[in-house]
Amino acid sequence: MANARGELPTWVDIGLIPLLNLFIALLVAGLVVLIIGENPLEAMWIMLKGAVGSIKGWGYVLYYATNFIFTGLAVSVAFHAGLFNIGGEGQAYFAGLGAAIVGLSLEFLPWPIVIPLAILASILFGAFWAWIPGYLQAKRGSHIVITTIMFNFIGASLMVYLINNWFRPVGKMAVESREITGAYILSFREIGLQFFGVRLPSTPLNLTVFLAVIAVVFVWYLLWRTKLGYEIRAVGANPEAAIYAGIKPDRIIIIAMAISGGLAGLMAVNEVLGVQHRLLLEFAGGAGFVGIAVALMGRSHPVGIVFAAMLFGLLYQGGAELSFAKPLISRDMIVVIQGLVILFMGALEYAFRPTLAAIFANVED
Amino acid sequence: MDFSLLPEILASTIRLSVPLVLACLAGLWSERSGIVDIGLEGKMLAAAFAAAAAAAHFQSAWIGMVFAILVSLGLALVHGYASINQRGNQVVSGVAINMMAAGLAVVLGNTWFKEGGRTPALPGSARFLPIDLPGSAVLADVPLLGAIATIISGHSIITYVTILLVPLTAWALAKTRFGLRLRAVGENPHAVDTAGISVALLRYKAVIIAGILCGVAGAFLSTSLSASFVRDMTAGRGFMALAALIFAGWRAWPALFACLLFGFLQASGNYLQGVHLGGVEVPVQFINMLPYLLTVILLAGFIGKSIPPKASGIPYTKDR
Repeated sequence: MANARGELPTWVDIGLIPLLNLFIALLVAGLVVLIIGENPLEAMWIMLKGAVGSIKGWGYVLYYATNFIFTGLAVSVAFHAGLFNIGGEGQAYFAGLGAAIVGLSLEFLPWPIVIPLAILASILFGAFWAWIPGYLQAKRGSHIVITTIMFNFIGASLMVYLINNWFRPVGKMAVESREITGAYILSFREIGLQFFGVRLPSTPLNLTVFLAVIAVVFVWYLLWRTKLGYEIRAVGANPEAAIYAGIKPDRIIIIAMAISGGLAGLMAVNEVLGVQHRLLLEFAGGAGFVGIAVALMGRSHPVGIVFAAMLFGLLYQGGAELSFAKPLISRDMIVVIQGLVILFMGALEYAFRPTLAAIFANVED
Repeated sequence: MDFSLLPEILASTIRLSVPLVLACLAGLWSERSGIVDIGLEGKMLAAAFAAAAAAAHFQSAWIGMVFAILVSLGLALVHGYASINQRGNQVVSGVAINMMAAGLAVVLGNTWFKEGGRTPALPGSARFLPIDLPGSAVLADVPLLGAIATIISGHSIITYVTILLVPLTAWALAKTRFGLRLRAVGENPHAVDTAGISVALLRYKAVIIAGILCGVAGAFLSTSLSASFVRDMTAGRGFMALAALIFAGWRAWPALFACLLFGFLQASGNYLQGVHLGGVEVPVQFINMLPYLLTVILLAGFIGKSIPPKASGIPYTKDR
């Protein structure tokens, strides 16, 4: 087979290289564990057992993965339009506002009406918080990376103010809203008790996980089966060429950002409606940034994102168990792994490509 | 508003501006050479941890400073390798550095000091303490001059050095051969390459300067402004410095003023908790978000225009 110089079989590019990069990221993480004075293999075993060794563990893995699927899809849709949306964290946080406003103000209505409206509000609020940076990028030329970072901080300050001054019930110390009573129905545990009379293990897993499946299919269909998706990918690949194809990049940038923000906003459904049943400070808890790692690892493809989100779900749940078993390894180890994954699978994506290309060239000769 | 607090607030402004100015200058050097640096926050945080840990172990602020610079430099070189040699996405690399720093500092701190990621409180001898400028005590009771003395005296050595770094940076970028080449490489690397000057080497030098400056900024946070490292102690200062850099249009003197403005907002936010201004209560959260809001408005071109170096963020490929 006469390959051009530096060309590699597809399975190497989309299979071997990402796996190799992941392996090296985990290897470095293992080194850190070794430096701390613990056994990396033992640590890995505890993590695996804690995550997938019980039904409860699986519940947590899937619950975390739900969050990461939303934020990962959000980052990837923007990626496809050539935009780097670092603001998923802020968009998810701001979306909580929509979920809480609808959930609290319409709680006199039955849940089959309130819940869909609250979900819609989450999407709209998340979309709005990304639409502004998108608009500013398209119409005013402000760099999306900087604007979305700034919007994370603006959103964080705004939410502290709103939760503290608007949502906190008078006389309550904890800075959080009152309970969204209509949202309890989302929890699997509650459904099991009410409709089937069975007692399920107590995990945060809730109906939102199905919403994540829908979102995955939606993004795949949108990007590869619709005109808009084609336009998004065209603008991402080459904005100048897109203009010649009759596509307006400005319009696409704004729409892609709004979709991205709406997807990030769905995370608020999982947290505010599905798990906490109230609006809390900092409920996004860094999931917006995990979305970056998930999107890079999943190669911005919905299927890849599901796998990457599951892996990070496993790391989060396993990491929690690990920090119980080995107090020396705190949960912050997961943040280190996240950073390493982003470094090796994102910034150093092609570091090993030339070496592999050379190996393959030799093999074929 | 109580104006007797003003000298205090201004002195606090200077203290809070120091890490911003250092990080902002770091970003300035890096981005002027064409390397976007989202990782200011992470480098500063890692350096703050290294400084506090080393200062606690060796009981010396200066040894702490050395470790802070080394650690920050290490991360800067990772960023340099990813952006210059590997031509990776510079924003992605910066995000990775921020996460690795935030995680590693707490994990290692937890292992070494067993205080949940904190480092032990440093005694005065292992910190950079305020220096009272000669004569400031004498002036304390003189009107106006006393207030000025309160503002400009009683800062640490790092603060005074930082103030000197601003004119130094401005001069180096505008007047020296190195500075001119560095700026050229951030605008048009192909031209610099054609002239037979190494683009990679120049960019590495810029990244190294950024690393050193972030190291000093981190050491200031944990061994001068406070007496230990605590989790996430940079609290977004790296991003605020980035905002200041944009605000200043990637220029050294305006960077100083932008950082002083943001520092003033931080300081007044701290002092004005729950204070009413002219009958209207200004929520402290709105003061906190002002630097970011102003940056967005500026970036959108509603108040003036801020133009980044032309080649910033674009990896340089020779064979084109």
